[in-house]
Amino acid sequence: MGLQGYLVVSAILFGIGMFGFLARRNAILMLISIELMLNAVNLSLVAFNAYDYYSPNDSGAIFALLVMAVAAAEATVGLALVIAIIRTRQTPEVDEYSDLKE
Amino acid sequence: MVTLRNIIHSAVAMMVCFGSLAGMYALLGAPIVAAAQVLIYLGAISVLILFAIMLTQAGDANLPSPFHRQVWAAAVAALVVVGLIGWAVTATDWGNATVVVAIVLNTMAAAIFTDYALPFEILSLLLLVAIIGAIYLARRPEDDERANS
Repeated sequence: MGLQGYLVVSAILFGIGMFGFLARRNAILMLISIELMLNAVNLSLVAFNAYDYYSPNDSGAIFALLVMAVAAAEATVGLALVIAIIRTRQTPEVDEYSDLKE
Repeated sequence: MVTLRNIIHSAVAMMVCFGSLAGMYALLGAPIVAAAQVLIYLGAISVLILFAIMLTQAGDANLPSPFHRQVWAAAVAALVVVGLIGWAVTATDWGNATVVVAIVLNTMAAAIFTDYALPFEILSLLLLVAIIGAIYLARRPEDDERANS
């Protein structure tokens, strides 16, 4: 299988993350799903790098490391936001955050 | 893992998934990425998420339905995306992509600090901004009043 196998796994992982992000009501689980999608992209980047597609200087692995750092920053700020919201609204369910609608 | 009712179970499944991805990176000849995956995802982000769950979970007495009403639309959208990407991946001729080329740490490190020096520096700035933002967001307003009085 080689490269194709890794890319298919990456696509499936991205799909799972997308489904979780769209379908779940819990804000923390939506953040977990975002991490899953970022990981899927990372996997495809590293796979392309390993099979030497358009990647001089191991740029695929470098991009993967950059994505990881950005994901860490995103998780930090996202979780701080979620905790701040839950502290005021007393619930992690996103469909009860309807202040702007009412 | 995204369908589990108890969010703690989802978080543990997520840690397993991150660990398997680290194994895949090692198989793909990128042990430095695997090490970073273990350190950042398994070490930092998982602990962060588990702490957030611990701080926000009111107790699992009556767990509500975990899904929105539009769960079927979400499933269809995700399946369409997976199908399209999978079709594109399998329909493409990837040539002789059969041999894994392990990364050479020396050239990769040199590339980070020469070709990718600007993204690297911007990244450190981004992390600083994220730290300050997280502290500002997560602090309780009453803490300031207590400090002032």
